[in-house]
Amino acid sequence: MSATTPAAPKPLGGLGRKRAGSLAWHIGSLLVLAVVLYPVVWVIGASFKPSKDIINSLQLFPAHPILENFKGLADGIADISIWTFFQNSLLYAGGAVVGILISCSLTAYAFAKIRFAGRNLLFSLMIGTLLLPYHVLLIPQYVMFQKLELINTYVPLLLGKYLATEAFFVFLMVQFMRNLPRELDEAARIDGCGHLRIYWSIVLPLCRPALITSAIFTFINAWNDFMGPLIYLNEPGKYTVSLGMMMFRDSDGVAANYGGLIAMSLVALLPVLLFFLAFQRYLIDGMATSGLKG
Amino acid sequence: MTLVKESPPATRKARSAAPAAVKRRGRRENLAGYLFMSPWITGFLLLTAGPMVASLYFAFTDYNLFNTPKWVGLDNFTKMFDDPRWQKSVEVTAKYVIIGTPLKLLLALGVALLLAQSRRGQAFYRAAFYAPSLIGASVSVAFVWRSIFSDNAIVDRTMSVFGFHVGGWVGNPDWILYCLVALTVWQFGAPMVIFLAGLKQVPKELYEAAELDGAGAFRKFWSITLPMISPVLFFNVLLETIHSFQIFGSAYVVSNTYCGPADATLVYTCYLYQQGFKNAQMGFASAMAWMLLLAVALVTAVLFWSQKKWVHYEEDAR
Repeated sequence: MSATTPAAPKPLGGLGRKRAGSLAWHIGSLLVLAVVLYPVVWVIGASFKPSKDIINSLQLFPAHPILENFKGLADGIADISIWTFFQNSLLYAGGAVVGILISCSLTAYAFAKIRFAGRNLLFSLMIGTLLLPYHVLLIPQYVMFQKLELINTYVPLLLGKYLATEAFFVFLMVQFMRNLPRELDEAARIDGCGHLRIYWSIVLPLCRPALITSAIFTFINAWNDFMGPLIYLNEPGKYTVSLGMMMFRDSDGVAANYGGLIAMSLVALLPVLLFFLAFQRYLIDGMATSGLKG
Repeated sequence: MTLVKESPPATRKARSAAPAAVKRRGRRENLAGYLFMSPWITGFLLLTAGPMVASLYFAFTDYNLFNTPKWVGLDNFTKMFDDPRWQKSVEVTAKYVIIGTPLKLLLALGVALLLAQSRRGQAFYRAAFYAPSLIGASVSVAFVWRSIFSDNAIVDRTMSVFGFHVGGWVGNPDWILYCLVALTVWQFGAPMVIFLAGLKQVPKELYEAAELDGAGAFRKFWSITLPMISPVLFFNVLLETIHSFQIFGSAYVVSNTYCGPADATLVYTCYLYQQGFKNAQMGFASAMAWMLLLAVALVTAVLFWSQKKWVHYEEDAR
């Protein structure tokens, strides 16, 4: 604030203090920045180091960078190309995004724009599921999918996304839809538009920011998801990236091909980092509003 | 929906006094509402409510996925309370939540207060600090963590400079949990963003008035900032606490899938996973899951009860 607003003349001592304060501000922020970014910078540097130097060398970037770690990735692991893992992850994350966008926006529209009997009760139930630990559902869901012979398919991972079980996104979209001007859909109703038409032609286009936020969060969550694939996928050819990476370590956790593991870690992070760089505004604003209105 | 009762004659007559069009419209709205909601309702019944009931039932049975569940009453619970590994998992999780969550929130609040001081560079720092929250749950970062907390790696060497030598944190049962705590604290960006948004809502006039009255920085923070952001503080405390009860992936990967050494990172969900999916003790694991649910419900209830004492909601919330 103080840096930009033209303030009333202040005594000289105040000015000096202000400059010192601003300096302290930058030093503080940079210190936090260094600690926060260190692991990310570390993994970039380490992926260009030979395996034996990765842990012990304190140089962030090696004097003689090598590409062997990345070349090794092209050979895949245990006869499986790492592209298989990437395809699987893309399938999972992409499928999840489509499901969330459809199911959560339909549900949110009903909560925000339709007056139907029992709406408040259902809304409280939906909010309740926000706080419910997923682990209570883990075992019965597994039993159910096992009886349906759907283990080792993507159905258990994706079904919930198509049935709007991610209450956070429903909530986010409800908040957004409630803030849209009422006049728009009232006018459309008077013109004889049905709900489907209002949902599709008026509300959805206006909700783009909320939809983008939900889509990116869904993609990133699915990309990072570890427990779901760990439980439901048991054939390496179907592994997602996060599960495939586990194949790079050996029993004592220090992989023989340590360089390969670190290079793989970096490559697996890239899509998330790129999404973040491209859409950070949407993510941060989505995050911020969820807290304010919760 | 099959529960719609035939209304008694008197009210039926009274209702039919209302214009038929309005009534029809109401019914159509109900139909539209439930049609739009149908994915969620299906999901709620099939993937949430149904499984909750099933899991409650399994908790009282002996079940290994292939036998018919056999009713054993409270056996799973008595076994659980006597099980030293279960006790250990409760202890590890409690430690993780009690140390990690306050540290993370304090850092989030501190950095948010720092960033709120100046607009220049705020957007950049805010984005950079938020990034770890997005990647922190990934297996990649868990491997990075394993590496930088290894013996002779950067963390250990830095600490040694300050005369504090641990060696490899990951192999040391006394220290590996703090490696996980560091990982969650590193992800302070998400609550920080929420704090920042809250800080922006505090009216500037309050500070100006306080300054006229001669209030110092600490006084302003204590009497204005803290009460004004108490709703977001409450939200952050609630969500972060509930989330950290459920930590799984990072503990599993950082400890190289066995949640050790010496069960030092046997967080609750790790043990639940081992019992359910490694030992096929579905009944026992379900009982564990319900204890987790009870713990989370209890914490939530206590927080909601306590908010009367320390959370200030504006009378006219915008």
